[in-house]
Amino acid sequence: MQLEKIHYDNKIVKAFIIATIVFGIVGMTVGLLAAIQLFYPLFNFDLQYITFGRIRPLHTNAVIFAFVGNAMFAGIYYSLQRLLKARLYNDALSWFHFWGWQLIILAAAITLPLGYTTSKEYAELEWPIDIAIAVVWVAFGINMIGTIIKRREQHMYVAIWFYIATFVTVAVLHIVNSFAIPVTFFKSYSWYAGVQDALVQWWYGHNAVAFFLTTPFLGIMYYFLPKAANRPVYSYRLSIIHFWSLIFIYIWAGPHHLLYTALPDWAQSLGVVFSIMLIAPSWGGMLNGLFTLRGAWDRVREDAVLKFMVVAITAYGMATLEGPLLSLKNVNAIAHYTDWIIAHVHVGGLGWNGFLIFGMLYWVIPRMWNTKLYSPKLANVHFWIGTLGIVFYALPLYVAGVVQSLMWKEFAADGFLRYQNFLETTTQILPMYMLRAVGGALYLTGVIIMTYNLIKTAAAGSFVANEEAEVAPLVKVKHTGGHWHHILEAKPILFTVLALVAILIGGIIEMVPTFLVKSNVPTIAAVKPYTPLELHGRDIYIREGCVNCHSQMIRPFRSEVQRYDPKGGEYSKAGEYVYDHPFLWGSKRTGPDLQRTGGKYADSWHFRHMLTPAEVSTGSIMPAYPWLYEQQIDKDLTAGKISALRTLGVPYPDGYEDVANNELDAQAKRMAENLSLEGLETTPDAEIIALIAYLQRLGTDIKLSETTQNN
Amino acid sequence: MYKHVLQSIDNVAIWPVISFIIFFTFFVVLLWRVFTADKTFIRKMSEKPLDDGPESNVNAESLT
Repeated sequence: MQLEKIHYDNKIVKAFIIATIVFGIVGMTVGLLAAIQLFYPLFNFDLQYITFGRIRPLHTNAVIFAFVGNAMFAGIYYSLQRLLKARLYNDALSWFHFWGWQLIILAAAITLPLGYTTSKEYAELEWPIDIAIAVVWVAFGINMIGTIIKRREQHMYVAIWFYIATFVTVAVLHIVNSFAIPVTFFKSYSWYAGVQDALVQWWYGHNAVAFFLTTPFLGIMYYFLPKAANRPVYSYRLSIIHFWSLIFIYIWAGPHHLLYTALPDWAQSLGVVFSIMLIAPSWGGMLNGLFTLRGAWDRVREDAVLKFMVVAITAYGMATLEGPLLSLKNVNAIAHYTDWIIAHVHVGGLGWNGFLIFGMLYWVIPRMWNTKLYSPKLANVHFWIGTLGIVFYALPLYVAGVVQSLMWKEFAADGFLRYQNFLETTTQILPMYMLRAVGGALYLTGVIIMTYNLIKTAAAGSFVANEEAEVAPLVKVKHTGGHWHHILEAKPILFTVLALVAILIGGIIEMVPTFLVKSNVPTIAAVKPYTPLELHGRDIYIREGCVNCHSQMIRPFRSEVQRYDPKGGEYSKAGEYVYDHPFLWGSKRTGPDLQRTGGKYADSWHFRHMLTPAEVSTGSIMPAYPWLYEQQIDKDLTAGKISALRTLGVPYPDGYEDVANNELDAQAKRMAENLSLEGLETTPDAEIIALIAYLQRLGTDIKLSETTQNN
Repeated sequence: MYKHVLQSIDNVAIWPVISFIIFFTFFVVLLWRVFTADKTFIRKMSEKPLDDGPESNVNAESLT
């Protein structure tokens, strides 16, 4: 047979690897800063661009999309070429993909600190960047599918199915969740409101974990683990079951992020059932990975690559058991809104993604530079310091989460909450926050050690930009019968379509009922749209990332109702959020819930509190917001905001946009005058006035009237 | 309350039935096909990552 000479493109892999390491260090450093801000608020530096509320999304976006994202592309592009015996489809497309992705990261790094955010977790970037993401993602998809089509292998190995599912699903998730109506170039309102927005967001959020952080890395595991262990995967049959059941089930599990919220009960239960079912494929995959090392465990003792991979797969197993357990309503009642969840995601992020990436880098770089690893000893140091980092990160947060949750729920003998002041429960766990920062610092130190080791390795070798390989051309074979799945593996387009169908079924069945009942979300007659001033305040609340620490969702527990609405005694209802574009339920309570905060304190309290939180509430870890007192509300945007929201169904009367600013001025003037009676001087146009107006509105509608429709 | 909400969708009772049928069929067929798969094919596929040389690329012939 005539052999063909082809060249694998290593240059693009190298570029993605460099980006991985650079953004890994940046993203983790930002994370460390955020961790320190939680116990030393001083580190917010009273500077709006680096307060916790803006830094936290910067951290999550940087580690997810820049660190893990670039590593994913490096791993996919390296393994894809070799598994298909073909160079990537188009070099120009590869580089468009690379530079496009880095520009998106750059745009995120600029816009998030500036406060341009949609506030939807892991989807914070504003609409022009969302469009860019869609374009670059499609370029990646075309490049991958194009490579698959021009392959010299009849069949697609299991890793490639995971890559295809990643591409298809992330595209669907990103597009559906990003629907928004633009107001300006950097401001938009989510297409969905309240409960529906929450459902779409967590369908996206959960599946971003599934199809951005999990499936591509399972593909990477199925390629690089057999490579590193030098033996085939334990069971290829199991991998087929693993793949189809994982993508089929994962897509349904999103509502487990919304247990005990105002989301309809049936949707919550659906999320719970599918989350429990997820244990099976996840553990199937974990065992398939670990069993691949059968007979090679002696090498795990010496080989840092295998060590990293074993811990990664173990962390995957732990996180995917913990996730379903956290989806049980009784466990979730304790864990939700606490640091337990932060610990959980970091076992996945630091353990599974991080360690698998490190293992892959230690394996692939010596090969691409045609040399040996500079120092296996340093790699082992990295392994131990990294493992220690994960332990120091996760354990204190588990303790913090459980302790704080139990404090929130504890009643004294007199029938009142034992810790009535939320702050008491926060100061209690500050030592745990300090330990967590130590864990993060250890982990980051490990990454810096790795970077040194890898640079030295590359310097000692010579880079093979185009790796030569001799392969036989693909002989077209007509299938007459044969096994169904290997027919499927020979038809990438059909495979892609089937994977799409599998994920769409879950998404549609989960969401359609909630959208069909759009007009039937139990409405509460007293709930009215925000006034123009409150609307500006709400957008400031979004800009400052308040949602990162404050929920707006009182769960139907005696402890929560008594803490957050002692007078009214109401938990949160779906009908209260019908005008909320986007929803601001939040997912973490570093501070108290704010759903019924309206009228709880005087305007003057808020005015003083936002300026010097620690003086008003001794020991508070909330950052100060001095710039809100200097910056003016941008009243030019009022009309546009009103019109955009009306398009989305918020019942502002026709022509209201023309008089909205008059109402805004009147309300702001009233508030400023009231403040000045207490000796607090401010201009009515100051942003702080709008924010206070919004906070004072929160949860007050329901207090006006108890009469509800359809309820 | 939610019962009422769901009842307002036409034929909502068919929803869980369809879900169940899709799931049941999907997994039964998947398991059946996987466990009746051809052994040589499975072995060859599982060795794909380790095949770096040209000699490995003769997979097509043996399939028919």
